[in-house]
Amino acid sequence: MRAFTALLLVAGLVGIAVAAARVPALGPVVTVALPYAAVAVFLLGLVVRVVRWARAPVPFRITTTCGQQRSLPWLKSQELESPSGTLGVIGRMALEVLCFRSLFRNTRVRVGDGGRVVHGDRRWLWLAALAFHWSLLLVLTRHLRFFVEPVPGLVLLVQHVDGFFQIGVPELFVTTFAITLALAYLAYRRFANPQVRYVSLVADYFPLFLLLTIVGSGILMRHFAKTDVAAIKELAVGLSTFHPRAPSTLSPVFAVHLLLVSVLLAYFPFSKLVHMAGVFLSPTRNLANDNRARRHVNPWDPDVKTHAYEEWEHEFHDKLTAAGIPLQGAPPPPAAGIPLQGAPPPAAGATSQGG
Amino acid sequence: MSEAKHTPAELGRIDLRPPRSDRRPALPEFRKGTYCYSALAKNQRYLGLPSRGEWQPHQEQWPLPDNWQRIILDGMADRLKRFRSLAVFMDICVRCGACADKCHFFIGSGDPKNMPVKRAELLRSVYRRYFTTAGRVLGGVAGARDLTPEVIKEWFYYFYQCTECRRCSVFCPYGIDTAEITMIGRELLNLLGLGINWITEPAANCFRTGNHLGLEPHTFRDNIDFAVDELHDITGIKVETPINKKGAEVLFIIPSADIFGTPHYFTFLGYLCLLHEIGLDFTFSAFASEGGNFGLFHSHEMIKRLNAKIYAEARRLGVKFIIGAECGHMWRVLHQYMDTLNGPADFLEVPRSPVTGTVFDHARSTRMIHLAEFAADLIHHGKLKLDPARNDKWVVTYHDSCNTARAMGILEEPRAILRAVCNHFHEMPENTIREQTFCCGSGSGLGTEENLEMRLRGGLPRASAVRYVKERHGVNLLACMCAIDKATLPTLLDFWVGGVEVAGVHELLGNALVMQGEKARTVNLRNEPLVAEEG
Repeated sequence: MRAFTALLLVAGLVGIAVAAARVPALGPVVTVALPYAAVAVFLLGLVVRVVRWARAPVPFRITTTCGQQRSLPWLKSQELESPSGTLGVIGRMALEVLCFRSLFRNTRVRVGDGGRVVHGDRRWLWLAALAFHWSLLLVLTRHLRFFVEPVPGLVLLVQHVDGFFQIGVPELFVTTFAITLALAYLAYRRFANPQVRYVSLVADYFPLFLLLTIVGSGILMRHFAKTDVAAIKELAVGLSTFHPRAPSTLSPVFAVHLLLVSVLLAYFPFSKLVHMAGVFLSPTRNLANDNRARRHVNPWDPDVKTHAYEEWEHEFHDKLTAAGIPLQGAPPPPAAGIPLQGAPPPAAGATSQGG
Repeated sequence: MSEAKHTPAELGRIDLRPPRSDRRPALPEFRKGTYCYSALAKNQRYLGLPSRGEWQPHQEQWPLPDNWQRIILDGMADRLKRFRSLAVFMDICVRCGACADKCHFFIGSGDPKNMPVKRAELLRSVYRRYFTTAGRVLGGVAGARDLTPEVIKEWFYYFYQCTECRRCSVFCPYGIDTAEITMIGRELLNLLGLGINWITEPAANCFRTGNHLGLEPHTFRDNIDFAVDELHDITGIKVETPINKKGAEVLFIIPSADIFGTPHYFTFLGYLCLLHEIGLDFTFSAFASEGGNFGLFHSHEMIKRLNAKIYAEARRLGVKFIIGAECGHMWRVLHQYMDTLNGPADFLEVPRSPVTGTVFDHARSTRMIHLAEFAADLIHHGKLKLDPARNDKWVVTYHDSCNTARAMGILEEPRAILRAVCNHFHEMPENTIREQTFCCGSGSGLGTEENLEMRLRGGLPRASAVRYVKERHGVNLLACMCAIDKATLPTLLDFWVGGVEVAGVHELLGNALVMQGEKARTVNLRNEPLVAEEG
């Protein structure tokens, strides 16, 4: 049902795009106004989101340690799993963001007869996630050739390497395969894995279907439906140089591609896709495990009632004496607010609480 | 004992495939054995917490205050501003499911709401409904739901069915930490006065007497004296155990269970052997008579209230630094919270071993070290005379406690000790140790008798790994460094495995330690013959 809702939403968007392509008056809306609005919402929304996170303090240093701490010199610490300093944290975050380190640990558990718990390695999720995210980055880089003239060398290089196998005209990109397969697997997994299916929301299916449609329309334009690449490049360069000129005609496939990309951008800051930015702010990963070496300060340190030693000694005075445990020295009861030598003052407002 | 009702075959039948849809009403069944009893009013009152009088979770009607929704929503808004962890974790989960089968409670119960992602969604769905535009407008389609009394019951059931062990956060690609979610979820419930007694009572005891068990100073003294006598019988040596001694070099902090329960007590004897043998000038404190801190399972404020006495006593007694004994959650507090909440400890000195001269630079701010760090350093420098053959009746495996593994990274120190003090040591499978270690199933204040079925279920993955090394290597002793482990793993292993006992690392050290002037040892610290009896 949730997947169906998401599918309907994407189908609706496709319908809108196809319809809009038939109305010449809507051309500038789809090709100029919408992309600009989407980019603006994307940037602004993401900034607002990140600022909101960043304004919340990190009261405690709650690193999740996934390896040996730095303690004794003869014990080898695992700086990438339990970093003792900034360099280690950078390394740990780089591994996390670039290689999906934590996902690489993934296992699959099943419970056999008599409660025998069996663990197996499970790397498909890691592989598909890595393939998807890296392909997306490369595809986006390749797309810069539409927006910039002359095309930067790096973009050409990416395109060249990506089309290395030189199959077909125009040549097939490796990333085209990779991103399609990866997205297909991730979608398949949401249905086929009962645990994932159980927790999946509309908001999980929707971006998947959106991305699949965007990729599909892209493939369609490059390899099947003849598209006026020159006109698209003119539009893209116009957009990026703030001299937008809507093309005279709009192919339905391109309209779908552009509209869905715009929706994706605008949807991004309000969805789980913000994990792209959020991962950098995750306190269990981006803090060093140097808790006992460097004091971490909590800006809202709670002002609480603690139990002062004097109160405690007062309550147990006779038992302490009987047990021969040395007393602080001053005769009981100590007056609250008068600190005894060498002892911290009782907490403000502290009163003796009878047991 | 309700365990008689269960058999391993029956509890071990678990299907990890959730139903196709979760659109069943959010009503957990408060079945006996799967939940903890509510906090007693007297304990709530002692700590100055709101009390809901006499009630139990299985009751149909919960005594919620009139403005309970306001309290919860204000509490959430406040915490979203105070904890970046919460703010980020509410937004970035992609429900990839990597955490799903990493939770011991899910593995042991098959209850889909015990998947960490789903546990967090219990809170996230309310967050969406009241704190995001999409949730306010679209409701259920956006994964949002109204805050109803059923939601509160569900939170109570599942936030007290998480031991804050953080195993899921190891596997999460964004490091989302369910312990944070659970801790804050429990804080919210506590705003309504909905706590459990197994947490509130120890906390109240701890606030009053200094320790969870409520041992008053004379009992603290008596129990230690008893241990001294016992150790004298075993070793022929009378050790010194000063209490509240001013000017000692080291304040020695233990979890109070070490002088109260077994097998903790044998570990306590091990500490005494070690501290005596190296001639450390140390003192106990009858006020800071507990390093454990059930505040961790209640609220961040309560952590601070219960922890304050440790630095206060270190200052009053004028010690140079602090050593802490074997405990799991105690060390999460000492490592990740104490300095922030009750520091700075600038009145102490950077810990330096008086025996080896090693400066524990990694504790240069908090100025408190783990006894295992201290002992591993002694062993490395050859300062201890050890006879590992005294532990030859044991085939040992090591269980990392969640907190020392995933909140400290103290993995190799205990292993270095174990390799030096016993001849037969075997690791459990790698998916079940070190940072991937499995919880005992009873941590975070859930180790109570009425919750036994859920504890046995939660402990299944740990027990299963123990059974594996028992069958493969003949393991008959599980060593650990956690007081809650020692209190609850014997029951767990008896149920699922059988024939495996539980000990602290320093118990084995105490067995192996050849002390100057000791009599020929014939028994171990358990007063059992050193060699296994035939047959």
